[in-house]
Amino acid sequence: MSASSPLAVRFEHVSRHFGEVRAVDDLSLDILDGEFFTVLGPSGSGKTTCLRLLAGFDQPTSGRILLHGRDVTGQPPFEREVNTVFQDYALFPHMTVGDNIAYGLMIRKVQKQERRRRVGEMLDLVRMLGLEQRTPAQLSGGQRQRVALARALILRPRVLLLDEPLGALDLKLRQQMQVELKAIQQKVGITFLYVTHDQEEALTMSDRIAVFNDGKVEQVGSPPELYESPASQFVAGFVGVSNLIRGGVAERIQGTPETFSVRPEKIQIQEQGTVLPEGYCSVEGRVREVIYLGVHTRYLVEIEGGDDLTVIQQNVEATSMEVLAARGRRVRLVWHPAHNRRLGRRA
Amino acid sequence: MRSKAEGSRPRAPLGLRLATVGVILFLHVPMGIILLYAFTTDETTFSFPPPGLTLNWFQVAASRQDVWNALTLSLRVALVATLAALVLGTLAATAVYRSKFFGREAISFLLVLPLALPGIVSGIALRSAIGMTDLPFGFWTIIVGHATFCIVVVFNNVLARYRRTGRSQVEASMDLGANPFQTFRHVILPAIGTALLAGGMLAFALSFDEIVVTTFTAGHQETLPIWMFSQLTKPRQRPVTNVVAVFVIALTSIPILLANRLTQGPPE
Amino acid sequence: MSTMQPVSDRSAAPGPPTQAERTALMRLATFLYLRPRLVLALLLGPPLVWMVVIYLGSLVFLLIQSFFSLDPFTGQVIRVLTLATYRDLWTPANLDIFLRTASMAAAVTVATAVLAFPLAYYMARYASARLKAVLYLAVLVPLWSSYLVRVYAWRLILAKEGIITWFVSQLHLTLALEAVLKAPVIGGPSLSVSFMGMFIVFVYVWLPYMVLPVQASLERVPQSLLEASGDLGARPGQTLRHVILPLAFPGVVAGSIFTFSLTLGDFVVPYSLGNSSFFIGQAVLSLTGTAFNIPLAAAFTVVPMGIMAVYLLGARSLGAFDAL
Repeated sequence: MSASSPLAVRFEHVSRHFGEVRAVDDLSLDILDGEFFTVLGPSGSGKTTCLRLLAGFDQPTSGRILLHGRDVTGQPPFEREVNTVFQDYALFPHMTVGDNIAYGLMIRKVQKQERRRRVGEMLDLVRMLGLEQRTPAQLSGGQRQRVALARALILRPRVLLLDEPLGALDLKLRQQMQVELKAIQQKVGITFLYVTHDQEEALTMSDRIAVFNDGKVEQVGSPPELYESPASQFVAGFVGVSNLIRGGVAERIQGTPETFSVRPEKIQIQEQGTVLPEGYCSVEGRVREVIYLGVHTRYLVEIEGGDDLTVIQQNVEATSMEVLAARGRRVRLVWHPAHNRRLGRRA
Repeated sequence: MRSKAEGSRPRAPLGLRLATVGVILFLHVPMGIILLYAFTTDETTFSFPPPGLTLNWFQVAASRQDVWNALTLSLRVALVATLAALVLGTLAATAVYRSKFFGREAISFLLVLPLALPGIVSGIALRSAIGMTDLPFGFWTIIVGHATFCIVVVFNNVLARYRRTGRSQVEASMDLGANPFQTFRHVILPAIGTALLAGGMLAFALSFDEIVVTTFTAGHQETLPIWMFSQLTKPRQRPVTNVVAVFVIALTSIPILLANRLTQGPPE
Repeated sequence: MSTMQPVSDRSAAPGPPTQAERTALMRLATFLYLRPRLVLALLLGPPLVWMVVIYLGSLVFLLIQSFFSLDPFTGQVIRVLTLATYRDLWTPANLDIFLRTASMAAAVTVATAVLAFPLAYYMARYASARLKAVLYLAVLVPLWSSYLVRVYAWRLILAKEGIITWFVSQLHLTLALEAVLKAPVIGGPSLSVSFMGMFIVFVYVWLPYMVLPVQASLERVPQSLLEASGDLGARPGQTLRHVILPLAFPGVVAGSIFTFSLTLGDFVVPYSLGNSSFFIGQAVLSLTGTAFNIPLAAAFTVVPMGIMAVYLLGARSLGAFDAL
């Protein structure tokens, strides 16, 4: 019997090889009970494989997977206490919404009265009351997604796996669903393991994030940790925009030629010749491109040494005309050295 | 070529339309003519125009014992062969869809071989092979032949439906706690149901109508096509053959139309 | 742990089944799930055994039989490998049969291609979606429905006293028909007993097999190619000859595989509408009748198989398999 372990999921040196290809390479990861944990990475990084290994659709080549202290490595998916929300929702087209949601209960031979009651609860939770009799074909994308969620949650799994569930929705709907999902997770209190390639999504919803690259975990941490202290060039580039300063310029600023990064919103643009604040770093450059985005403006500045730096500034006072006029101008970039981040070398 | 008129397709040249109509008529008028001849009063020749029309022959056909025997044999054979084809075809399609294995592409080729090779080749091969064993030629040997070329019809239909359905529903079902047997019952079977039906009906039509291979494997038994074949040189009661022919057309056209409906409809 | 709304806390979460609850079926399910290779063997086994043992086995056995021979005195098969049967095959009478069948097959193939093309072209390029579906069924139903009945229908139609004769006499063309029937080789006592008649019936029954691949390959020709051709100055007839026909050709070759192969092996049509000059199919059938000579029958079937093998190789190089 599983004790009430604070560790919902543990991957112990899990590898999944497909011949030469290592989809997941010596993965060791802990996920805490009750947290919203995101696995973030580009396509092919192994994040979906990781999820499938936990769900039971795939068996690891080596290593163990523990669910609340129990070794589930050999168990088929129908014996594991995890449920999945699939990327394409995987609703059963020949069943109504109500039957879809009740499917797991029906399999477990729960009585009809009880089933109906719990389906009603779920529909209320995902705000789809009154739509039990519809079939999936009659639903919109967002509605199908909610049915998929309800179908998985109704079984009260210890861990809920979500495989890029919002990918097919348009931006506004996606942002709305992100908020709703987070709210549901906190209300229901179960561990969410969320897989996505969208770093903004990860930053919005997660308690902790694991950044995957090429089958390995580059860094695990809370959103602020990842953003402000990226452990490697990859993380710096994948989570937010990173500006890499290297070579001669790096040496001039910090004394060694090791590459470091600075976040774009930490840099200010000054006119050449203005007074440099005490202790700040600076770099000369020319504004190559100005991108006006309403709330803020993104500048691409070509600096000494040839690299581009991205600078983001909020349009607090400036108008669009003013910012766009900056194109081509020679400027100076200044920032406080506390924002410099040394990066670990990539594995 | 003139660019398309806005909106609708261009009209085909007159010659092409006439040719199309002509070919379609060529394909279907002969069936109508058989229907006509089922009512003729002339019982020994195929004279046109028919000297008179009567419904008599339908009754005569219904009272002919040899017609009934042939009909029931054909029905029984078709049912059993279809059943065998359904089982074997579904097993094969499931295997091919689920797993990658050495020789996967060869399976489709192997299954279509009985239909691709001329009937006499399959027929005589089976005949000589069965002749080596002690099996008597009859009901079961006919079924062996029929099932062999019906498998591919079911296989293609079921495999196509598998491909259209995809894997995630099966995974979702298992994720929700259903073991593979329960998943088959609640998710897979409803998904492939109409494909099974369509494949089964096509297999039925194929089996019911088959003459070439059956001639070699039937021994002394008479299926309906064999009966008809033997009537070709008999000069008496010709309209009875026509009546049977009309019946056969109806019996095989309907499954084909239905099967077509079933596989065209929307999957959900 | 779970902080669900108070009302639902009554029933605990239904966890995974305990050891006691797991029925034999469930244990079997788990056992099989973790052994995909075993499942594959169970699934693939029965159909594979059936096809390989029963069907391929018979074919191989047939091939071997063609290398046996028949003892002329006892009528028993001598199980000694020999080429004697093939030598027996190589007689002028048999060569006639092969030639006759092959020429008919070629003629039928050409005729079906000519007839199928307009219909296929119309379906692919001009028919609306609805009309196309109807036409498709109009071709599909004859293809799947009773082949014997369709042959029989033509026996009625071509009979001496039948509808064609009546029609011809109405047009006062009877003399022309008789002249045709007197033609050597293709003529005969009546249309229903002549090569001419057989030819018509062959074309009739195999036509759907030609229409469908041609239509499929015509459909694959993008409209933009035709427009480009016109744009570069070609008249419709030239576009047809230089663009459409070459692109449709693989479909024609694909269809011809069926028409050629089916004609090579058929005995029903020659039997219903032919005379005593045998076609391959009839020869094979007769050799399993009173003149029971399986080795010779086997050798006979090897010939069309060989022809088709060569034909298929040629067809593959012409791109027919992509069109199927």
